[in-house]
Amino acid sequence: MSVQKFVVGNFYDEAVLFPAVKKVRRAGYKLHDVFTPFPIHGLDQAMGLRDTSLHTAGFIYGITGTSTAVGFITWALTLDWPINFGGKPFFALPAWIPVTFELTVLFAAVGMVLTFCYLCQLAPFVKKDHFNPRSTDDTFVMAIECTEETNETEAKKFLESVGATEVTVMEKETGWWLGRYDHDTMRFQKSTNA
Amino acid sequence: MSTRDQFIIPKRYNTFALALMAIGLLAIGALWFTHGAKGGHEGARFWASLLQNSVFFLLVVNASMFFICATTLAWGGWQMAFRRVPEAISAVVPVIGVICLGILLAIVFGGDHSIYHWTDTHHVVEDPVLNHKKGFLNKTFFTVATILTIGLWSLLGWKMRQLSRSLDEHPIADLEGRKKYIWNNTVWAALFIVVFALTVLSSSPWLWLMSIDAHWYSTMYSWYTFASTFVSGVALIALFVIYLKNNNYLEYVNNEHLHDLGKFMFAFSVFWTYLWFSQYMLIWYANIPEETVYFKPRAQGIYSGIFWLMLVINFIAPLLILMTRGAKRNYGTVAFMAVMIIFGHWLDFYQMVFPAVSPDHVPMIVYDFGVALFFVGLILWVVGRALTKAPLLAKNHPFVKESLIHHT
Repeated sequence: MSVQKFVVGNFYDEAVLFPAVKKVRRAGYKLHDVFTPFPIHGLDQAMGLRDTSLHTAGFIYGITGTSTAVGFITWALTLDWPINFGGKPFFALPAWIPVTFELTVLFAAVGMVLTFCYLCQLAPFVKKDHFNPRSTDDTFVMAIECTEETNETEAKKFLESVGATEVTVMEKETGWWLGRYDHDTMRFQKSTNA
Repeated sequence: MSTRDQFIIPKRYNTFALALMAIGLLAIGALWFTHGAKGGHEGARFWASLLQNSVFFLLVVNASMFFICATTLAWGGWQMAFRRVPEAISAVVPVIGVICLGILLAIVFGGDHSIYHWTDTHHVVEDPVLNHKKGFLNKTFFTVATILTIGLWSLLGWKMRQLSRSLDEHPIADLEGRKKYIWNNTVWAALFIVVFALTVLSSSPWLWLMSIDAHWYSTMYSWYTFASTFVSGVALIALFVIYLKNNNYLEYVNNEHLHDLGKFMFAFSVFWTYLWFSQYMLIWYANIPEETVYFKPRAQGIYSGIFWLMLVINFIAPLLILMTRGAKRNYGTVAFMAVMIIFGHWLDFYQMVFPAVSPDHVPMIVYDFGVALFFVGLILWVVGRALTKAPLLAKNHPFVKESLIHHT
């Protein structure tokens, strides 16, 4: 957990946001993130984010499910407790395919949801700081992280020049915590004043 | 060299198409002299090869018109950048349709009952199963249904192409006119889809292919045939798109569009497997002799090699190779998989037709492959000509902008 300083600007239009993202990156500012109420096609490329590896994880969970199903049923129905079903061979692969398919989907789906929650640090009772609650409503919010070399006034002016409105400097918690928003907001205020 | 809007057939393209057709004609001639001229069961091998190839390629080129109509009904715009390609491919339907009609009628009325046992009226009277089916499996119904099917595909396909081309010289300026145009398109596309559902999705595969095993039936059969030909049809569209893109045409097609074609190939390969397995597993599980008779020579008999090979090509390969995003956006990978998929489903049709015609030994597949080359050459020849007749971008279509800025 660490509190860091950010320069935060709001955008109301994709057509302004995209060039702004490019200009901010080209100017060398450390782009922390852009928060939008809905997925915007191509924004990840514009921000220079790498492709997610969630699908690789999904593939691995999937084949884990496949092999779990085939392995377990094979063991149960050929080694541990072979039963004659209507004269079918003990190793009755076609009959197991539906179960194997279901288990593949189950493993892949549950695994990917959990991985997604882990990557996004989402869980019950976990709290994270917002830059602007309107980023879940009607505003695109861009946050630039202030490093030692960042001049806040310059950064503010630069964000305004690329089309941002209501540009502010904020101190925000970057990690997650277990607790309550009201309690922790008070804690941040104290640390800012000190 | 800048990109061009009007396709000009290169000389090599023509030579290649003609060479393929020549090889095909040689194969057909060879088959005729070794088998066809002898008649009876030997002759059936000749006709079965023509039947398999003409029906397969007819359904594959017709899948292009299904692709156009399905995207039209969904009010999709992403395909507009290359829509002229499936349009041109669907222009082959009347050509192969006439050839296919000729072959089918020759088999039905040829007096030889080795392929369609139900054409033998004396035999049908003594056969309770065929006697029961004779309301459907008879020469008159077959002929009328086949002529109607191929005629309606050609007619409605022609209408859809006309609608698309009518905009090239007469753009619609006002919004109301454009709405009317889209509505008009929707109605004709819906008509085609209805005809398609009554033919490819039900009656045509029953009549043309399933009736070779006249005693056997499966309700999954038509869906399965449809999935087979639709995935091959999309693969064929992808191949032409890649060919044109490589030759500096189709300026606005980029790997976003290719990605979507790749998704179609991937998804419908899996869909095909789903239907294939639904058919196979129920019959395997129930284990009723009159149903398992279909799979006995295919899955366990002399055709098992082709049977399992085509399952690997049509399911395992697309599943693993086309799974990643990078593969679907790569022109080389998509082209390779498109060829594989078309070949795989051609093999699928091979094992649909031949085990009933030649149950004792697997015929030399090289001849049938030669016959396939004739149809490939014919498709290249006709599609090339159809592509030159209209600009490659339907630039006045109301949805075209959606395709130019398409992003997945």
